[in-house]
Amino acid sequence: MDQFTINLIFVGASFAIYIGIAIWARAGSTAEFYAAGRGVNPVMNGMATAADWMSAASFISMAGLIAFVGYNNSSFLMGWTGGYVLMALLLAPYLRKFGKFTVPEFIGDRFYSSTARVVAVICLLTISITYVIGQMTGAGVAFSRFLEVDNATGLFIASGVVFIYAVLGGMKGITYTQVAQYCVLIIAYTIPAVFISLQLTGNPIPGLGLFSTHQETGQPLLTTLDQIVTDLGFNQYTAGTSYFNMALFTLSLMIGTAGLPHVIIRFFTVPRVADARWSAGWALVFIALLYLTAPAVGAMARLNIMDQFWPNGVEGEAVSVETIENDPEYDWMGNWIQTGLLGFEDKNGDGLIQYYNDANPDMQAMAAERGWEGNELTNFNRDILVLANPEIANLPPWVIGLIAAGGLAAALSTAAGLLLAISSAVSHDLIKTIIRPDISEKGELLWARCSMAGAIALATYLGLNPPGFAAQVVALAFGLAAATLFPVLMMGIFSKKMNSAGAIAGMLTGLIVTLAYLFTYLGILFIPGTNLLENVPENYLFGISPLAFGPVGALLNFLVAQAVSKTSAEPPVEVQALVESIRIPRGAGAAAADH
Amino acid sequence: MADQVTNSKGTSPSKAAEDDSGYWSANLRIITISLIIWALVSFGFGILLRPLLSGIEFGGADLGFWFAQQGSILVFLALIFFYAWRMNKLDREHGVEEE
Repeated sequence: MDQFTINLIFVGASFAIYIGIAIWARAGSTAEFYAAGRGVNPVMNGMATAADWMSAASFISMAGLIAFVGYNNSSFLMGWTGGYVLMALLLAPYLRKFGKFTVPEFIGDRFYSSTARVVAVICLLTISITYVIGQMTGAGVAFSRFLEVDNATGLFIASGVVFIYAVLGGMKGITYTQVAQYCVLIIAYTIPAVFISLQLTGNPIPGLGLFSTHQETGQPLLTTLDQIVTDLGFNQYTAGTSYFNMALFTLSLMIGTAGLPHVIIRFFTVPRVADARWSAGWALVFIALLYLTAPAVGAMARLNIMDQFWPNGVEGEAVSVETIENDPEYDWMGNWIQTGLLGFEDKNGDGLIQYYNDANPDMQAMAAERGWEGNELTNFNRDILVLANPEIANLPPWVIGLIAAGGLAAALSTAAGLLLAISSAVSHDLIKTIIRPDISEKGELLWARCSMAGAIALATYLGLNPPGFAAQVVALAFGLAAATLFPVLMMGIFSKKMNSAGAIAGMLTGLIVTLAYLFTYLGILFIPGTNLLENVPENYLFGISPLAFGPVGALLNFLVAQAVSKTSAEPPVEVQALVESIRIPRGAGAAAADH
Repeated sequence: MADQVTNSKGTSPSKAAEDDSGYWSANLRIITISLIIWALVSFGFGILLRPLLSGIEFGGADLGFWFAQQGSILVFLALIFFYAWRMNKLDREHGVEEE
């Protein structure tokens, strides 16, 4: 059986499971559509949250980001997990106790203002729509690589599958599909990692293997890797450079994670407040299985690649073009060269491919002495690392099929979660509350389904015609979530005296200042060439990179909100009583029932 | 946020309200301690205090590197489960748990 057929079987089987679940988990009421009837077991919800959270970026890109940068990109590991501590301690239990359906609904009720609710909807839509573009393009890429269809066809298939289970089942359908998708993606991620860890260190647990002895050299794996990369002029793998921006960027990812609406609403689906607390822990268990493995995948893949280009060690001869073309161990390179994501060029015509850092001035003397004329690995896309990993390690074809299904599961599960956040904000916050408050339960359910269909159509369109700023999506979504929603949710719970004027002023300040800072360096609406200042560290305010600006926006949000609320009227007594009531778990069932 | 532990205006300081405010200040104390640990392992050991830990070797790198890539995540996990366990116990002690 050829690889294409195997991929088709794995992807087809996983899709059949998702559609089967969709038919089984149809939503009959708005409570089921928005919150899965609040009947989801906390462990199941943890699994669904993990799939919701881990996107194409976590599955495909993260290990590559770590592999080619090393220690400095630990920000992603700590940032994307540490946010769950904030969510579990500061938001999830209280928002579950509040017992409604959307994040803007909490903000509107707590700050007794439709304006606050609409501002929250604007923040939510900006965050979720930019985020969903990346998922749709990710799904399209995975389809075109593994199923050999063109990008657009891949995107239509992906949208069609999401349409079936999201429109039919709403949160209920999405939850149980995400549980299945989590299982697929974690198996796909772990199996190659275990094999590679065994090959290199003899330790079956990749997270432990990372700190074990490299069997070939008899010294620790990380020491070996550090030696090889520094010998070739690259930065030392375990060394750090800018600790200040790294800390700020990590904090931005943490606060942003805690403020992402599509993750927060997952905690509305569990039956009790106590379950929301446990469920956050389970979510992090399932996330940690991948995040503890990712740094090992990164380091080991980097070592394997170095080893393939320098089979005789860095002092010896580099790999020859002839070997790359004929040796079956190098087949994976040929496969990826075809996709345009990998490329080499024998610049000095010696028949060998020298891979080194030609930008490092210390390397130039050595390069001249050994007759090298520049780095000959001209193109290596970091995103192919996880996808090519099983081929690099010579694993059987079914593992590659599994990776294909896993990558698609990661992209689709996150897309569905985002689409639910978008559609519930439209049908529940805009239509039901602002435009047609007299709408019936059945009418709202219909509108919810229509909004979902509309959101999928929009996401598909944006996936086919990604705006120029697609690459900046992560910075934008996390920066905005950190600067707008997180502070206002936290103040709504922890400060009883925070009033509507303060919350609205705070959210708008966070939104405007963060956008202004990003636009200053990355271009107005991210259009290249419209930036006011060049995107280089010398121009940054206090040296803060635009990617790490989230905490500053959050701080300004807090300060402005406090100042404005001090100078305007206190919230009404019943709102203060509402804050009292969300602080204690007692009566969570009643809060949900009176909706 | 000086108003965190006070009761809402207008309610008489009944036994239940006093209990609720004791519950809330206990919760804030647990959150504060947990977040200090949260910051210490990630921003502290993993990033800013790493130069101080550079002498402690760990598996081919130093302890700070381990905290940045493995240790902080494990501590985060422990913190969330500790918080869930401690709060569910606190709920019962103050009689504010769900029926």
